[in-house]
Amino acid sequence: MAKMIDPEFAEKVAKEGDKSLFLCYQCGTCTASCPSSEITSFKTRKMIRFAQLGLKDDILPNDDLWDCTTCYTCQERCPRGVKIPKIILYLRNLAAQAGYMADAHKGTAKNLFIFGHAVSFKDKHEKLRKSLGLDGVPHTTLGSKKALEDLKTIMKANGFDSLIGYKEEK
Amino acid sequence: MKFSMFWGCIAPLRYPGIESSTRDVLDALDVEYKDLEGASCCPAPGVFRSFSEPTWLSVGARNLALAESDGNQLMTICNGCYGSLFESNYELRQEPEKLEEVNKILKKVGMKYNGTTEVRHEAEVLYRDMGEDRVRGKVKKELNLNVAVHYGCHFLKPTETRGLGEAEKPTILDEIVEWTGAKSIDYRYKNLCCGAGGGVRARNPELAKAMTLKKYEAVKEAGADCLVTPCPFCHLQYDQAQPEDGLPVLHISQLLGLAFGSDEKRMGFNYHRIDVTPVLEKIK
Repeated sequence: MAKMIDPEFAEKVAKEGDKSLFLCYQCGTCTASCPSSEITSFKTRKMIRFAQLGLKDDILPNDDLWDCTTCYTCQERCPRGVKIPKIILYLRNLAAQAGYMADAHKGTAKNLFIFGHAVSFKDKHEKLRKSLGLDGVPHTTLGSKKALEDLKTIMKANGFDSLIGYKEEK
Repeated sequence: MKFSMFWGCIAPLRYPGIESSTRDVLDALDVEYKDLEGASCCPAPGVFRSFSEPTWLSVGARNLALAESDGNQLMTICNGCYGSLFESNYELRQEPEKLEEVNKILKKVGMKYNGTTEVRHEAEVLYRDMGEDRVRGKVKKELNLNVAVHYGCHFLKPTETRGLGEAEKPTILDEIVEWTGAKSIDYRYKNLCCGAGGGVRARNPELAKAMTLKKYEAVKEAGADCLVTPCPFCHLQYDQAQPEDGLPVLHISQLLGLAFGSDEKRMGFNYHRIDVTPVLEKIK
């Protein structure tokens, strides 16, 4: 089936992602500099080209999109000043909205609702802290119900709970 | 000047020896600081910014607003926290309409951010605010170590906004390491990412590991005694994903702690996966 280009999609990426998108002239310095492109099928230059053409079906379901470690080497070396990681992060936002989220990532995201942190906190971690002379519970959202509630209110106001499929356990 | 400490997630919850070492180093240098009370995850750029930029921005703004009401600069000990908070701060300062949007959300919890918080990284505070004489002045034990310095990605990059100099041949960390008497050795792939960032460690651990292995082979070949990083997430990746005979991994605070003669028991080395004993034996 012929692939359809979608200029509106491209315009949206340039507007909401970064306006430098159309500055890319496809030299490939980014791919040559990318530690993921070297060993995976993710090719930075190609992903930017997909975005310029608005080939959203080549972008949104594409696992390659998630192989960027956001190391910024591409942006540092880009002769056209394209803010590549910012564009990739925006494409990921669109992929997430379209439902392409890995379970592992959803799990990490849910930790933010439970702990206010990206990783879990259990008794063993509290003991470990105490054994080093630290307060067992850090003075963060872990030590303050109000702080955790405030954080959850902020995330819910952004619709982050429904985006990741998080439901409060009653 | 006083700092509000933003400890992040990986250091306080997985490698708390990094937190206690940092406290001891800051105390030794007479740096005034307090914990940033009620802080949350920065939130991490890999997962949270990848999923929802607006959520990432407003959760970051909440942390920035907490430091603002302390009236202190915010200090991180992690490249991820530094990257997230520095970048969200930058966006909020550059784009008033984004700040306005974020403040509509913060208002729901009775908060407001005015854009005045300065985001700092411990390593950069050591380098620019403390300086060589003050740090060297606290060294009680010259460390006879060959150190493979790993900068990580989000400490210096994007250089355009960080303003810490260029990232292809940086020297900041190498200099700090050498203030302890250790030697920062050159090695292949020095600027290579640890592999964990951008949500890759969670979603594609094999890819993260492949990058870690390249680093592992290069630092072994160069004859380093240990890897030193300013980032607990790189620290975690190297400590967990190198083979058993991998190099011991130290956070910059742990290295300084050893040089300052801090209490080794508070550095948490017994909780590292890769045995740190060879390093401790060598500096005896």
